[in-house]
Amino acid sequence: MPKLLEFRNFSMGFKDDDGTVHNLLNNVTFDIEEGRAVGIVGESGCGKSVTNLSVMRLLPRSAVIQGGKIIYRGQNLLKKTDKEMEDIRGKDVAMIFQEPMTSLNPVLNIGFQIGEVLKKHRPDMNEEQIKNAVTNQLELVGIPSPEKRLKQYPHQFSGGMRQRVMIAMATICQPDLLIADEPTTALDVTIQAQVLDIMNRLKDKGSLMLVTHNLGVVAEICNDVVVMYAGTVVEKGSMDEIFDNPCHPYTKGLMAAIPTLSSGKEELYSIPGTVPLSNKFSAGCRFADRCSQYFDLCQDKVPPTRQLSASHYVQCWLDFERRE
Amino acid sequence: MPMAEKILEVKGLTKYFDVQGGFLKKKGQVRAVENICFDLYNSETLGIVGESGSGKSTLGRALLKLLKSTSGEVVYKGKNILDLSDTNLSLIRRELQMVFQDPYASLNPRIKVGNTIAEPILANKMVSTSGQAREKTLKLLELVGLRPEMYERFPHEFSGGQRQRISIARALALEPKVLVCDEAVSALDVSVQAQILNLFNQLKNQLDLTYIFISHDLAVTKYISNRIMVMYLGEVMELAPTEKLFSKTFHPYTEALISAIPEPSTKGKRKRIILEGDIPSPIDPPSGCKFRTRCFKTMKKCKNVHPEMVEVESNHFVRCHLYDARKEA
Repeated sequence: MPKLLEFRNFSMGFKDDDGTVHNLLNNVTFDIEEGRAVGIVGESGCGKSVTNLSVMRLLPRSAVIQGGKIIYRGQNLLKKTDKEMEDIRGKDVAMIFQEPMTSLNPVLNIGFQIGEVLKKHRPDMNEEQIKNAVTNQLELVGIPSPEKRLKQYPHQFSGGMRQRVMIAMATICQPDLLIADEPTTALDVTIQAQVLDIMNRLKDKGSLMLVTHNLGVVAEICNDVVVMYAGTVVEKGSMDEIFDNPCHPYTKGLMAAIPTLSSGKEELYSIPGTVPLSNKFSAGCRFADRCSQYFDLCQDKVPPTRQLSASHYVQCWLDFERRE
Repeated sequence: MPMAEKILEVKGLTKYFDVQGGFLKKKGQVRAVENICFDLYNSETLGIVGESGSGKSTLGRALLKLLKSTSGEVVYKGKNILDLSDTNLSLIRRELQMVFQDPYASLNPRIKVGNTIAEPILANKMVSTSGQAREKTLKLLELVGLRPEMYERFPHEFSGGQRQRISIARALALEPKVLVCDEAVSALDVSVQAQILNLFNQLKNQLDLTYIFISHDLAVTKYISNRIMVMYLGEVMELAPTEKLFSKTFHPYTEALISAIPEPSTKGKRKRIILEGDIPSPIDPPSGCKFRTRCFKTMKKCKNVHPEMVEVESNHFVRCHLYDARKEA
């Protein structure tokens, strides 16, 4: 499979008030192959959302890129001018944001907001064609009576409906890569099921980068999984490899800490402590002080990334069995 | 589970909120909680699940009289606490405490956490001197897994999980019998959520507490609860012991709710029931059965007749017309 998006040793951090840069993402490396759905998993503060925003080049001004490349179809996105990025956003790479309540403009109707994407990227289309395309797109994401809905404003939509509008907006230009940042987190389970159903139908049309803290959602949609902790990729692999054979102590802990419908009543495994703040990362493995299998080396030196199979990588000092 | 004695009896608890109509518009009522009846047994954990807008939090607050109910009774130790005067209520409220959802909003940022915990102890005159209150607070900090030196710190110095521990310590300060936890782990990350869930279980055994655990997360509720109450639009749809609710689900809403949860495993996917549409507005709920507009088993009868709660099996209550016949039989 050809690679659509490649993160190569990407590092970035944030400047504080004194101008000191605190590193957050450290040597983030992973690929998104064409037509695959990749889940980026981690707790809050692990850098998932920053990873997303880096692809879109939407980072806040205090962000400092410290090295590495983000390659989209052979071209380094970090080297693009702002003008060139405008052409890519919405057309080649599009994004669904977490909060459907705050990411739509309250004073513009839905039809206009979705049509705006086409106005920007498809100058060949006239008003009528745009209107038809928007109507079709709304129908595709399961919004009933789309012609009527075009003229309505975001406050007339419920949370689940707004998220559908966001999906319609992001997918109207049929992007090659769709980035979804916690697309179902703000929704109720029954609405989440509806949205996951739509995303499952749409994902075959391109690649998907799904950022979430919910491992259940990942299991539902994704082919590959990248597990992040405190700005580093601690483990990555195919879904089966990560879910059935997690190797990194953090991934294992995360899996064991979630109560599921099939889990019993015995005490839950819990990882002690909390995710450290970015100015308190240790020099070595950032998970070291919470790790159950910690030893001396972990605190001082960044662990190597070990390859366990063609697609399964772990960043850890422990020894793992290599599987073919 | 052998049924222990009742600690709390809830009868026909109802809470309507008035909504101001605009010009030419009629005044309306949000029917947040309607005619809730259940018993809470000593040392059990009763989970309350439902989507947002189903009235779970309103119920939690109405139970403790933090909201004035429209009608109904909450009987604790033979007294209806909704009828009590404020002075008498304060004695009882000591035994019924609450842990709130957002540990960032429920702690006063300008008060040291030690004083936050000590405040209810002094206010309720559980000890006579502030020195004793301090001693008791230090014990509570230890009980919830915090170090004694944290007494002198302010809430902003703590992480979400630690703040939730402080909230729990504060709720436990008055040695309550019943603890209402309203989405107490929802704001936390998964690894921290597990710590707090374990803490709840450990405290329950240590202090012989009874919990009402309100959550939108069915998997978490299943883990922690002995019995589960499923709510939809202010009404109880199904109430059953946890194992029974999952092994023998009766209500179509519960069925859909269970099937909607994405499981973190690569095992074969279950068949999913996808409910259409959103939860209707509680200002103008559907006639008959409130769930009928989204139900996949809806019948003619559902539109006209409001279903009653039926005990289909022992201790397993369902509000659905599909099971009316069983009552008669």
